[in-house]
Amino acid sequence: MSAVDNPKQPAKEWEPNIVGFACNWCTYAGADLAGLSRMQYPPNVKLVRVPCSGRTNPQFVLRAFQKGADAVLVAGCHPGDCHYATGNYFTRRRYLLMQRMLEFMGIDPRRFQARWISGSEAPKFRDVVTQMTEEIKALGPNRKLREEI
Amino acid sequence: MKRIGVFVCHCGSNIANTVHCEKVAQVAKDFPGVVLSTDYKYMCSEPGQVMIQEAIREHNLDGYVVAACSPRMHEPTFRKCAARAGMNPYMVEQVNIREQCSWVHANKEKGTEKSIDLLRMGVAKVVKNEPLYSTTIPVTKRSLVIGGGIAGIQAALDIANAGYPVTLLDREHTIGGRMAQVDKTFPTLDCSACILTPKMVEAAQHPNIELMTYAEVEAVDGFVGNFDVTIRKKARYVDFDQCTGCGACTEKCPKKVPSEFEMELGMRKAIYTPFPQAVPNKPIIDAKHCRYLLDGKCGICKKVCPTGAVDYEQKDELIVERFGAIVVATGFEQFDISAYEEYGAGKIPDVITGLHLERLMNASGPTAGKIKRPSDGKVPEKIVFVKCVGSRDEAKGRPYCSKACCMYVAKHATLLKEKMPNSKSYIFYMDVRTPGKNYEEFYARTQNEYDAQYIRGRVSKIFQVGDKLIVRGEDSLLGRPVEIEADLVVLAAGMDPRGDAKDLARTLGISYDQHGWFTEAHPKLQPVETHTAGIYLAGACQGPKDIPDSVAQASAAAVKAAGLLSKPELTSEAMTALCDEAICSGCGLCQSICPYKSIEIKSINERYHGQMRQRRVSNVNQGLCQGCGACTVACPSGAMNLKGFTNDQILAEVDALCQR
Repeated sequence: MSAVDNPKQPAKEWEPNIVGFACNWCTYAGADLAGLSRMQYPPNVKLVRVPCSGRTNPQFVLRAFQKGADAVLVAGCHPGDCHYATGNYFTRRRYLLMQRMLEFMGIDPRRFQARWISGSEAPKFRDVVTQMTEEIKALGPNRKLREEI
Repeated sequence: MKRIGVFVCHCGSNIANTVHCEKVAQVAKDFPGVVLSTDYKYMCSEPGQVMIQEAIREHNLDGYVVAACSPRMHEPTFRKCAARAGMNPYMVEQVNIREQCSWVHANKEKGTEKSIDLLRMGVAKVVKNEPLYSTTIPVTKRSLVIGGGIAGIQAALDIANAGYPVTLLDREHTIGGRMAQVDKTFPTLDCSACILTPKMVEAAQHPNIELMTYAEVEAVDGFVGNFDVTIRKKARYVDFDQCTGCGACTEKCPKKVPSEFEMELGMRKAIYTPFPQAVPNKPIIDAKHCRYLLDGKCGICKKVCPTGAVDYEQKDELIVERFGAIVVATGFEQFDISAYEEYGAGKIPDVITGLHLERLMNASGPTAGKIKRPSDGKVPEKIVFVKCVGSRDEAKGRPYCSKACCMYVAKHATLLKEKMPNSKSYIFYMDVRTPGKNYEEFYARTQNEYDAQYIRGRVSKIFQVGDKLIVRGEDSLLGRPVEIEADLVVLAAGMDPRGDAKDLARTLGISYDQHGWFTEAHPKLQPVETHTAGIYLAGACQGPKDIPDSVAQASAAAVKAAGLLSKPELTSEAMTALCDEAICSGCGLCQSICPYKSIEIKSINERYHGQMRQRRVSNVNQGLCQGCGACTVACPSGAMNLKGFTNDQILAEVDALCQR
């Protein structure tokens, strides 16, 4: 309990570590476009490329928290625009539930976000990453679920 | 432990400027499994590829990671490179340190740190890669072209001339599309129908082309090489096998309706052909207006038809056909000007659009080519054009340029002067954009020889005083307000995507941008492909285009489609789902989540405690599976896995990212 109630004062150079799951067709492409457009955003979110956001097993999210991620982002095509027709509908349902479950477990809902970023929405990708990084910086390191290393 | 190589690319200075590539390569030497780690200026170049191939042989590598640009860009390059050195191409992982690192993080230290994290992730994954093999699938050697405008006709002709059967589908009951409505074409001023109708006839008579008009795509199943397309053939209430197109029915039909083809400037009958050169040139009954179909009274067309072709009982028909490739050429809609209330658009009858003017100019149009105002039939003398109506206007949600309007306005001004030497055209513009062969010269002639007066500035208001239209605007070059008493105002309405373009995109599984234009796979290098293999784009459905551009793109799309059809067979996706039969419980959850219907439940025989027994397990059809991975998450027992993105691989990536 103590670790949660009294989070250690974050070290001066502490930077949040955020794991992002990005679908290959929309969000990963959007992130690439942000690069092509030379947009600047904080380096805290690192993307794992998955074919579809629907490939992201909740197990992966839990594992990230367990191994010390401060937040997790799952991002894919807008509902209705899935490259695989229906994958992101399942993502949507699954992660609405997942977010509530994580909240129940004591994880701030801001630490887990599911977003829809299309291949042309580079500015949105930049904004989501920037905003999320700032929020998590304010929240401090995640201690819940975390394996003691 | 596998023997892994790491290759860090500088991409010239693109990566090296903001990432210490040498340091990244140095740190990677300590990652588990790495036996070789090096950096080079251009990994995708020939010397870079040779270097990788030599390293694979020399160090006996099992797999490698290349840290470079986006895998969406060069993954195929590096896979082929592995294959040339005798390595399975799926033993390669590419880590994106350009688009998602060097270009977006100016801070070199932080960029380097993130590159190392990403590379650690790539190495952790590749250690768990397994060689993958693709299978082959047959190709149905037929193509579907959706939309029978000039782009669709051109694409169909080119595919047909390459020797493959084509079905040319149009929702209207004639092909021809927008170009058929146009009077003359810029910059040559040749008559639109004179160059279009021969192509329409050629398409109709081509032995490889099947025309399917008055039909719409209802559903699309399957995948590249084998699309199963459900087509709704709408009821025409006329049996085309019997109809000779004599026109007796149209002549006698008592019901008159504003003609869509004539932009409601003229009338048509309830049984009609939209214009004289229609292909096929046989009438259909418009069920929304036919007296007999509405309330059972009339029936004149049936009585006068000499061949008994009229059939009120005809119903819509659904057919399913298989095609190898699909070309989408659904075109555009003219922007609905009624959004511009300040211009009196939609309220003042003499404020018309470019397409209305086309019909007024056309010799077979409602006024037989005489320019008459819609309100009172008076011949106008002063004509004002307003450009960029529904283009380059953020407030109306149309920030894009519609590309063709500058030229069609110049064409209109030229033609009006030719038809009516006493007339005078005033053209309000923001910029004049004439990039195209002989376009600028045409625009110069419009000004110098045809006396059109170009006024730079926006129009603020148009209103009626007596039988005149007062156009109030600003001349922003002189910096003063102008007011023109006009007889006719033509709004150069821009192009909009089709209202139902998004529905079609969803049916086909292709993407569209925020406005509804279909998106190409790459804005520069794949302008006619979509992200869905086997579906190509032609014409204005992809973005505003004029006729030459549409035709050029249609031919490009046709080559892509014909190229696909010319292959004896296709290689299927290698990264597909695979069921571990030992732990599959046969529950079937994966079967219901699969969007490609690629999973079936089969029975296997196995030995259990010395006895044979039957058990139900999932079976993935490797040809149908597209590798989305939805089934892997649905599987309660973890039996379903996605090759190339296995649970183990992704968990290893997550672990690597968190390990710092």
